[in-house]
Amino acid sequence: MIPPKTKPAFLDRDAYQTRRLHDAIRAMPVAGTVLLLIPLMWGASTRSSDALVYVFLAWLVLIIASAFISRLLPEPLAEDDEQGPL
Amino acid sequence: MASLNALIAVALVYVAFLFTVAFWAERKARRDQGGWLSSPLVYTLSLSIYCTAWTFYGAVGNAARTGLEFVTIYLGPTLVMIGWWWILRRLVRIGRSQRITSIADLISSRFGKSTSLGVIVTLIAVIAGTPYIALQLQSVTLSFAVFAEAGGRTWFDGDLNAAAIWVAVGLAIFTILFGTRNLDANERHHGIVIAIAVEAIVKLLALVAVGVFVVWGIAGGPAQMLAQIDASPISHWEQKPSRWVSLIFLSGAAFLCLPRMFQVLVVENVKESHLRIAGWAFPAYLLIMSLFVMPIAVTGLAVLPADANPDLFVLTVPLHEGKEGLAMLSFLGGFSSATSMVIVAALALSTMVSNHIVVPVWLSTRPGGNAKVAGDVRYVILLARRLSIAGVLLLGYIYYRLSGGGAALAAIGLISFSGAVQVLPAMIGGIFWRGATKVGAALGLLSGLAVWAWTMFLPSLGDVGVLSAALSGGPFGLAWLRPDAMFGIAGVDPLVHGLFWSLTFNVGMFFAGSILSFPTPLERLQGAQFVNVFDNTAETRAHTENVVTAEELLIMAQRIIGGKRAQAFFRNAAERQGKVGYLPEVTVGFIERLERELTGSVGAATAHAMVGQLTGSRGVSVEDLIAVADEAAQILEYSNKLELKSEEQDRTAAALRDANAKLTELSVQKDAFLSQISHELRTPMTSIRSFSEILRDGELAHDDQQKYSNIIHHETIRLTRLLDDLLDIAVLANGQVTLYPQDGNLHDIIDRAVNMAAVSTLKINRNEGSEMFSIKTDLGRLEQVFINIISNAIKYCRAENPELSIRCTTIDNRIVVDFVDNGIGVPAAKQQVIFEKFSRLSDDSTAGGAGLGLAICQEIMQRLGGEIAYLPGQGGAAFRITLPLADQ
Repeated sequence: MIPPKTKPAFLDRDAYQTRRLHDAIRAMPVAGTVLLLIPLMWGASTRSSDALVYVFLAWLVLIIASAFISRLLPEPLAEDDEQGPL
Repeated sequence: MASLNALIAVALVYVAFLFTVAFWAERKARRDQGGWLSSPLVYTLSLSIYCTAWTFYGAVGNAARTGLEFVTIYLGPTLVMIGWWWILRRLVRIGRSQRITSIADLISSRFGKSTSLGVIVTLIAVIAGTPYIALQLQSVTLSFAVFAEAGGRTWFDGDLNAAAIWVAVGLAIFTILFGTRNLDANERHHGIVIAIAVEAIVKLLALVAVGVFVVWGIAGGPAQMLAQIDASPISHWEQKPSRWVSLIFLSGAAFLCLPRMFQVLVVENVKESHLRIAGWAFPAYLLIMSLFVMPIAVTGLAVLPADANPDLFVLTVPLHEGKEGLAMLSFLGGFSSATSMVIVAALALSTMVSNHIVVPVWLSTRPGGNAKVAGDVRYVILLARRLSIAGVLLLGYIYYRLSGGGAALAAIGLISFSGAVQVLPAMIGGIFWRGATKVGAALGLLSGLAVWAWTMFLPSLGDVGVLSAALSGGPFGLAWLRPDAMFGIAGVDPLVHGLFWSLTFNVGMFFAGSILSFPTPLERLQGAQFVNVFDNTAETRAHTENVVTAEELLIMAQRIIGGKRAQAFFRNAAERQGKVGYLPEVTVGFIERLERELTGSVGAATAHAMVGQLTGSRGVSVEDLIAVADEAAQILEYSNKLELKSEEQDRTAAALRDANAKLTELSVQKDAFLSQISHELRTPMTSIRSFSEILRDGELAHDDQQKYSNIIHHETIRLTRLLDDLLDIAVLANGQVTLYPQDGNLHDIIDRAVNMAAVSTLKINRNEGSEMFSIKTDLGRLEQVFINIISNAIKYCRAENPELSIRCTTIDNRIVVDFVDNGIGVPAAKQQVIFEKFSRLSDDSTAGGAGLGLAICQEIMQRLGGEIAYLPGQGGAAFRITLPLADQ
């Protein structure tokens, strides 16, 4: 009764790139966490203004990168990206 | 200075403006289905209720005390938003497909539509949310006090309390007005969403204006500002890593778990793709909100006296510099932050309280299925929701009064966050892990709540008599249970300590409970639907369930969501199955869809219980569902297309079956018709012939002569009428009839029809106010239809005190007139054929007509561009006439 799975092993170019965009957008919060944890390694001699500038710059970078990737995502959002071939 | 009076005037004007905007948005939404009202921009701005008065004023205060740490409160939500692909997208999809109304509903629905979990989450939300609402009331009253003082008058407790109560009452009215307009909590509240979007802009502008003034007006530019920051008392970067990480995590988690955030993020979301804009636009909003916090804090510390409250720097710095206009704008910013938060929080909490506590209690105190008034449940829910809104605000006010409105309250923001976050494990576990069970979720929630209350909430209440002794030395002298040093680990920051232990216990119990318990079938089904929400899991295939009739379900649905919507839903469902009328085949798929529709109004648990009451076979049918779902999932891979096709075939087959049944019935009727018509013609003919023969033979008394000619006369009239009817229907059916459209008023036509039908035995109930529609149609023909229906009611309604209700309304821009009597109605089997020619319900010919009346009505209504249909589930026989509205 259970049918054989006949999914292709490889995807065409467009679908492949969409998948990688999904990976990129998944990576955003990870990258954000790393960026925001970096100041914790600084010593107590760090000036507040430097920390301030760093945090806001990192924040801005995250926003711009996220906006950029979101724009590239095809509309409508793909749905079947959970598993499957690479 | 008359600054306080001016301020109150400005605040009142601003409130009036918000009411206007909300009204306007509601009207616009009703006219053109949203339009730009449902744009991603509005969605993004509505998320800004995260920035409450506590963040608007408190962020600066926080920065003045601890430096850069304030920014963590914004970084957590930033990470959640830019990671929307992970969690938010899933939540929004689940929220839409399961018609989730609140976070309590999400948890309850995921774990087998459990009532008890809904109650637990609702309680957590209320306990954690009340102090937060108190905090907003406090911030507004404090900012009033600042202006009073600037005007030379010190405010005392009485003034503050009075201000707080006015604010609370105003907010309750606004929320009730715009938040309980639609019963369906799953629908968007356009008025509220637009109002909070406007407030989002106001608070952003206010903070930026103060910031720009501070940086360029006082410090003299960004470079000087940075130098000033380094020179200030908060210049050192000495961030405790544990606090930095905990706060980012806490704020991010709270962003997902706070009932009000869930409301705007998930419930009010109209389109999944709005997330791709909001995913970066909302972090940008947060960035701008926090850009000037440090400069304002540093300037406040520099220019204001040492005992000034840093929480009010946003107001006091402009006031100190003599910029009253700027201070006023900044006040509006804080006011906006407070009001928008309270409105949405009250809305979200009231939905939860009414759906998960009030309605289940109300239902359990009444015998099910007795009251059959359309919309009675609906009324109770609306009332419950309105009372809950008032109750939530009252609780907030009481808490404000009890806590004394002091500094203790300011500290409670993060504690309140930590309480709300206890829902996180159940939520994340529920949407990613199929193995999560109800037992696990309940254990996790309860233990997390208990540890949170012990380590964070109770200590926050301050030194309260006996309690404080127990707290400082541990309960019953058990030192290892001291709330600030569980298991003897002392010296940790209290927030980190409480958060760590509460979530550790929460997650631990959730996990252990889940793997040690076995879920019920419904839990497993819901679990699969939640976790695999992107696999567009097959709807379970239909198999017929004969226990419950569609009509019973319709009656129940009408009670909950009201007549109009229930009828539209049933009609749609019937159409999808290829059937005509209001009663679809009762399939498992249909029951599921119905349950989901009801869920949008009363929550998953209640909807399930109500449907379950009717279908009766809860346990068994759920097992069935599981089996069917599993099987379906297995063959889904290759059978998608096939299924589509077979679905279509099913639909065609159903349509054919219907048509066939109708044809058979018709052919039987045709035979009946022939014998009927010969009978109908012969009877009068026979009497005419025999009496005319008697007359011809003569020699009759005058009286008899009179009598017999009368009979002949009467019979010819009957014949003529029959032939008229036949002619009428033939002409109508062939489209040869000429219509004479005129302008008229529906009310007048109903009036005339009621008079013409010579009503004496039948009591007519009308609501004449609702009949005032101007129409353009053939008024005479329409009147004929009305007369026919009314006389049918006179003839067939066998009730002891026959009554006929005439109700008018509009649905989808068409006028709808319902005629409902209180008789026994038309049996379902006959509903299909009553509009056919020569169909009569009973075989007795007492009724007189030839069974052509309704057939003629149907032909007429078709010619007039309208429709006549039988409306089941109304108690008696009910006919619905639909008419186009007159062109404007």
